[in-house]
Amino acid sequence: MNETPAYTEFHPRWYRPRVSTYWWLWRWPYLKFIIRELSSLSVVSFVVMALLQLSALRRGPQAYAEFQELVKHPFLIALAAVSLFFVVFHAITWFNLTPSAMPVRVKGKRLPDFLVAAPNYVVWLVLSGAVAWVVLGG
Amino acid sequence: MADTIALEVTRYCPERDAEPSFQTFEAPLRKDWVVLDALNYIKDKVDGSLSFRWSCRMGICGSCGMMVNGEPKLTCATFLSNYAPGPIRVQPLQYFPVVRDLVIEMTDFLNKLKAVKPWIVRREEKPLSAGEYLQTPEQMDAYKQYSMCINCMLCYAACPVYGLEKHFKGPAVLALAQRYNKDSRDQGAGERTDLLSQEDGIWDCTFVGECTKVCPKNVDPAGAIQQYKLTATIEWFQSLLMPWGAK
Amino acid sequence: MPKRSNEPLLWSLFSAGGVVAAFLIPVHLFLFGVAFPLGWLPDPGYQRLLALVRHPLTRIYLFVLCSLPLFHWAHRFRYTLYDGLQIKHLNELIFTFCYGGAMAGTAAAGYLLWTIR
Ligand code: SF4
Ligand code: FES
Repeated sequence: MNETPAYTEFHPRWYRPRVSTYWWLWRWPYLKFIIRELSSLSVVSFVVMALLQLSALRRGPQAYAEFQELVKHPFLIALAAVSLFFVVFHAITWFNLTPSAMPVRVKGKRLPDFLVAAPNYVVWLVLSGAVAWVVLGG
Repeated sequence: MADTIALEVTRYCPERDAEPSFQTFEAPLRKDWVVLDALNYIKDKVDGSLSFRWSCRMGICGSCGMMVNGEPKLTCATFLSNYAPGPIRVQPLQYFPVVRDLVIEMTDFLNKLKAVKPWIVRREEKPLSAGEYLQTPEQMDAYKQYSMCINCMLCYAACPVYGLEKHFKGPAVLALAQRYNKDSRDQGAGERTDLLSQEDGIWDCTFVGECTKVCPKNVDPAGAIQQYKLTATIEWFQSLLMPWGAK
Repeated sequence: MPKRSNEPLLWSLFSAGGVVAAFLIPVHLFLFGVAFPLGWLPDPGYQRLLALVRHPLTRIYLFVLCSLPLFHWAHRFRYTLYDGLQIKHLNELIFTFCYGGAMAGTAAAGYLLWTIR
């Protein structure tokens, strides 16, 4: 090396680490983040099944009976169970992040986060109950 | 409790090394010592060539941020005893270029900060004789949290999007833009919106949320960004429905 | 350079879809994906479901339930591909795939719900 290292504007001697493609594997919070984002795949699988169900309904009783048999396949039940897990994960993370995205202020003071998140869970229960009630025939 | 603790410290000498390596030092493990004390001990007693930044050693200047065991931390507020028996890994803040040892390069951050006009913008200044700009406690509360930022850049080292997307303005800059947007004395929100509502402003953020967790001052940059997304979206729809009403 | 971004539109679809997915999809998945096929609960059957779906309110409900969550997926999946795999250079392709998929799904839902008699 020569005596006086001359730095250019581009400072070629700075060390610039490259971010690994698997950056999300190394830290639990990052992994949780990726799982949260990938829960959207379960959302898609649900919508696809719902569309198939609708199309079976549309084609008549015969087609619908076939659909009912199809979803009893262990693979599809397993898929639904796994999707359920991810969608619930999505719901919980979504509800818990609401207070930071939409803080509620009462008389200029910010409400504590759990007070903002809690109503979500109540609404969740009520809506789920309502859907189940309608589907199961009141 | 053992009386010393090992620190694996990043060494990088730009004139000599192609890439950083670790050097292990032993430092006294004292109950009241923080990681910064151990680094200063090493510099004073063992190897004077170790380079790192610090100043206030009380969590105010924001210059002593480093990765401690992979987490961005203010080293003046991170006790050695929490990591006993060690070893403790001390690295420069990640996602920034490294100048030497534990010293990172922050020009990018400073340029981005300046770009969002982190000061009170007035269309017209009141004459001095008109007195000060008054503010109620509620109005101050709207931005106070964001004004606590000490520019330590821990949130940048926690943000994978900043690491991947070098144009991204990043957590603290966006939170500081909000700090002025929410200030009742400020009138610069419109100018800032043009900048922030571009892709490399708020929209690159995917709400990983780690910036908020590592922030030593409870600034909550993640919350600030999501709230700003909501504001920007409402404004977008307004300008769509009422193009003539635009600012 | 300051090109007007249409991100606000995509983001509001993403958020609305996220809300719908969080509140409603779990119960649907539980009932139709797990409880009925396993016989934990009595399957309402063809007649009852058809009667339900014939009601205009149910149709609107189902349309929302299918389409918004797809846009939620499109947004998240796009960014996960960008950041998680660092393939932002395939930007256009990913974008078309994600939003094209969401739009195709929405169209399918609309068609099915419109034509069920
Ligand atoms: S927002 Fe918090 S973590 Fe980020 S620079 Fe400011 S004080 Fe540091
Ligand atoms: S030395 Fe000032 S914040 Fe740590």
